[in-house]
Amino acid sequence: MLNSRKSLLLLAASAALALSTAAQARQWLLPSETMFTGSGNEWLTVDAANSTDLYYYDHPGQPWDAVITAPDGSTVPVENRMVGKLRQVFDVPIAQGGTYKISITNDQMFGSYMLNGEKKMLPRGTTPATLAAAIPAGATEVQTAEANNRIETFVTAGEPTTSVFTSGGKGIEMIPVTHPNDLAVDEEATFQFLLDGKPAADLEVVAIPGGIRYRADLKQISAKTDAEGKVRFTWPEAGMYWVSVSIGGRRGEGAGGPPPATPPQPEAPERRASYSMTVEVQG
Amino acid sequence: MMDSKYKLTLGGALLGAFTTAAVPATAQTMDVSVTIPRLTVAEYHKPYVALWIEQAGKPARTINVWYDTGKKNNAGIKWLRDMRQWWRTVGRTTPTPPNGVTGATRAPGAAKISFTAGKGGMPALTAGSYTLVVEAAREGGGREVVKVPFTVSAAGTAKGSGKGSFELGAVSLTVRR
Repeated sequence: MLNSRKSLLLLAASAALALSTAAQARQWLLPSETMFTGSGNEWLTVDAANSTDLYYYDHPGQPWDAVITAPDGSTVPVENRMVGKLRQVFDVPIAQGGTYKISITNDQMFGSYMLNGEKKMLPRGTTPATLAAAIPAGATEVQTAEANNRIETFVTAGEPTTSVFTSGGKGIEMIPVTHPNDLAVDEEATFQFLLDGKPAADLEVVAIPGGIRYRADLKQISAKTDAEGKVRFTWPEAGMYWVSVSIGGRRGEGAGGPPPATPPQPEAPERRASYSMTVEVQG
Repeated sequence: MMDSKYKLTLGGALLGAFTTAAVPATAQTMDVSVTIPRLTVAEYHKPYVALWIEQAGKPARTINVWYDTGKKNNAGIKWLRDMRQWWRTVGRTTPTPPNGVTGATRAPGAAKISFTAGKGGMPALTAGSYTLVVEAAREGGGREVVKVPFTVSAAGTAKGSGKGSFELGAVSLTVRR
């Protein structure tokens, strides 16, 4: 009896391990500073990476293109962009007062079709724009779904502003109730998440402080979004936090939400979307 | 209530005017002592220090900021944000550098400063609970915040003290009339 219970537990443990190792690495942007004096001639440098540990570099670097939105709504070109083996780095001049958004979005299509009695998968890297070209004439039973990934961070020169927090209506987006550059230990912060422009209700959002490598406890905190898509966190300690939420794709963390009311057809791929942001909590 | 307070204050002022008391000042004054510890490090830079007053439900008030005022083009303001709690709480929403409350950095030892209500950044403190917050940030060193809660009496007086461990030593305050 004891033995069988033990083996069951072991089985459960190894299944959990398999799940966690199968989890996608964490995608992140790490700003060198989140609070600038606002003298007009300051520089921000940003690391962008996809890694298991926060904030270290342990996965291949990504050719992501970051879009920098300035407080006045203009787009600021990045400088000194370098895509390395394990990370990408770029600089951003901080010339205006207010809050800047640094954002990477990646929209992909995945799925399959039948051609001449054979099932074919859509090639990796297919986007909504290239979808039509990716499906050959004569294909039948076309099953596709979209995956929208968004990675963000925010920095502020002088006083925080909110002009960059607009919804484009696609994928998961964060609209702050508490400004992401106004977070402090022991204070409650509220963020609203939208999915395709509508409140993303009942999703699990996780927050993990950086520095994972040198501690035993992951220190992950999680909370569910309410009907308005709002989630509340109270920060236990100062530092950079990775805040993430996703739908679909059997993510190890950040995944959540109830199963769809009508289960998808066995062949139909599940729509995916993910959002990750790095925020600094002041001590 | 307001009236009686006003009369009391007026009475005090009249009394001050007609007597030759040892302490003739009737304006409310806060005496603060901030100790900067002497540290034996290879390269020592005097810390940036900010002092501000917090009161629940009211905007924080900066009363003193010590920074490197001697740099060309006032370049020392760049590091004001290293006093990160001060910067987040009040520094970034007020002019940089803040008007009328700045001074040069100070050498280790006990710095004694008196703030007069209504002058510089110092507000008049009515009866109630306050916190004096002192934050020190040292180039190449650490950063520390000491909070000194204090309660101002109906007479407009208060005492408080606190202590830092690394970048700040003893902090004390006396509010007097």
